[in-house]
Amino acid sequence: MTGLHKSTYKNPLINWFDSRLPILSLLDKEYGAYPTPKNFNYFWNFGALATVNLVIMIITGVFLAMNYDPNADNAFASVQHIMRDVNYGWLLRYAHSNGASMFFIVVYIHMFRGLYYGSYKAPRELLWQIGVVILLLMMATAFMGYVLPWGQMSFWGAKVITNLFSAIPVVGNAIVTWLWGGFSVGAPTLNRFFSLHYLLPFVITGVVFLHVVALHMTGSNNPLGIEVKGPADTLPFHPYYTAKDSVGICVYLIVFAILVFFMPNALGHADNYIPANPLSTPADIVPEWYFLPFYAILRSVPNKLLGVIMMFSSIFVLFVIPWLDTSKVRSARFRPLYRPFVAILLPASLFLLGDVGAHSPSGIWIPLGRIGTAYYFFHFLILLPLLGKIEKPLPLPESISSPVLKSKPVYKAETV
Amino acid sequence: MRIAGLALAGALLGALGHIHAARADVADQHWSFNGPFGTYDRASLQRGFLVYKQVCSVCHSMKYLYYRNLEDIGLSEAQVKAVAASVTVDGGLNDDGSKEITRDGLPSDHFVDPFPNDVAARSANNGALPPDQSSLVNARDGGADYVYAVLTGYTKPPKGFVLGDGMNYNAAFSGNQIAMPQPLTDGQVTYTDGTKPTLDQEAHDVTTFLAWASNPEMEQRKRMGVHVILFLVLLTGVVYIVKRKVWADVH
Repeated sequence: MTGLHKSTYKNPLINWFDSRLPILSLLDKEYGAYPTPKNFNYFWNFGALATVNLVIMIITGVFLAMNYDPNADNAFASVQHIMRDVNYGWLLRYAHSNGASMFFIVVYIHMFRGLYYGSYKAPRELLWQIGVVILLLMMATAFMGYVLPWGQMSFWGAKVITNLFSAIPVVGNAIVTWLWGGFSVGAPTLNRFFSLHYLLPFVITGVVFLHVVALHMTGSNNPLGIEVKGPADTLPFHPYYTAKDSVGICVYLIVFAILVFFMPNALGHADNYIPANPLSTPADIVPEWYFLPFYAILRSVPNKLLGVIMMFSSIFVLFVIPWLDTSKVRSARFRPLYRPFVAILLPASLFLLGDVGAHSPSGIWIPLGRIGTAYYFFHFLILLPLLGKIEKPLPLPESISSPVLKSKPVYKAETV
Repeated sequence: MRIAGLALAGALLGALGHIHAARADVADQHWSFNGPFGTYDRASLQRGFLVYKQVCSVCHSMKYLYYRNLEDIGLSEAQVKAVAASVTVDGGLNDDGSKEITRDGLPSDHFVDPFPNDVAARSANNGALPPDQSSLVNARDGGADYVYAVLTGYTKPPKGFVLGDGMNYNAAFSGNQIAMPQPLTDGQVTYTDGTKPTLDQEAHDVTTFLAWASNPEMEQRKRMGVHVILFLVLLTGVVYIVKRKVWADVH
């Protein structure tokens, strides 16, 4: 196709511009007129919230980097300098550190939404997988970011996590030395982590773009989990969902503000206010809260290599769930057997694992960690394939709009 | 699903509370800086600074603070200048570069370290390194409550407890053996405002001072937080009304 884009803008200047570079038309198509299922609940806010969060992280991060010094001798002091001497430096840093926590809260709820309403099923498998890639990138970024203040937990967390690679047979130790840039976590490690921590968010931005492209190819899933049948089932994204997302963004900002202004260190570790000291190991080396469930899985296996494999598998299993789940019905609302497992037991096992991860592995915490780990894998590897075969789903509604028009209680399956 | 959403929110809040109550074994104290509207008690801060200057700073550094920061605790510019001038700092080289000189401190100087380096600090303290106190309250689980508990936690060791050489028994300290000898006792300092210098009072005041040193931005932060949240609550209301209006014609 050659020639100018047929722009519909009335203003001649905008029309001239849009005919040559139709980004305004594109924006209008994808975020203005984009036909969106009319029955979203507030769980569908979390994609927009994650986008807002990413922007907040990049903006605060860019300004922090102007005042941060990635030199191992100065890094800790430069963070103190940001907190004490830079105008509103404390606000930038607390927004950035708590922003990481908010990001994971938002993304975990976003993923829970996907699991509950079967958003990963055909034709949205790739959309889901791109999301898992974003999660992995976020984890890498968050891990490296936590190393930058160069406190005790930064240093020892970096040591423990990079050391996981030493479990790889034969080449493990060589890989760890290569990752460190030396024979211990040190100045070269800090420099490269800073470089990558600045780079990865822009990689995430790119993958988020792919996530949105894939979403707009298939169209959004919805709480009923049935496909859009026609224009009666949808609303233009703007103003309906821009308005609804704005409500969610406001509530999200309130939670965020409570953390930043009134409990800025509640989710962090006191030990990270002690400068990194290679000669003194903290009593408990604990990752940030959002890694605790995975840390618990790692530590519930007595063999190091197996533990590492299990930990990475707990993420990689998410890549294949579109094919593990044999049920044709997407929304758990119509899956009476599956519903309690995904709504209660899966989150409960993750909260349990989170609690286990925060405690040193001894006494009752060892069997609890194993129960949580066992359920997590049982859920995805056994339950998902099995339930689809034996479950008798509730009857699905005709279309998104028909039950809405016939009777008021939209979400009651038995009214259909 | 609404119920599941509420349950999820509840679980998240529960998890937050769980993390927050990390040190259940340390008794909660009443602090002027607790709560969303908390501020630092200026009189307590200034008494605490006196305790810090006469007791703590003999061994502990506080290297991320400047003397000018003391204006925050209510000292006048002249008082800050006098405090700064009472110390001697490295003054670089003399005019012809032939020798290193020293000069009186200025408000723009960092708090001076009590020891020239860590080796000297250890040597003077039975092998233990007194930690820097700039962020001490943030750097300990339990925060101000914990610092207060350590300062008031010196007792005789229970029968049968074997103390290491030169170590002291402390009920709050991990392992109950601490290298720091009991720093505060009744009448350790003389307060200029007539407050009775009991151990509790001294520990309370110096902990308030240390809490300020760790979080000097706290008052500004909480004040701004109250404004931000009030604004956001109003905005949420307005945005929700707009959303209801936009959606009014959808069935």
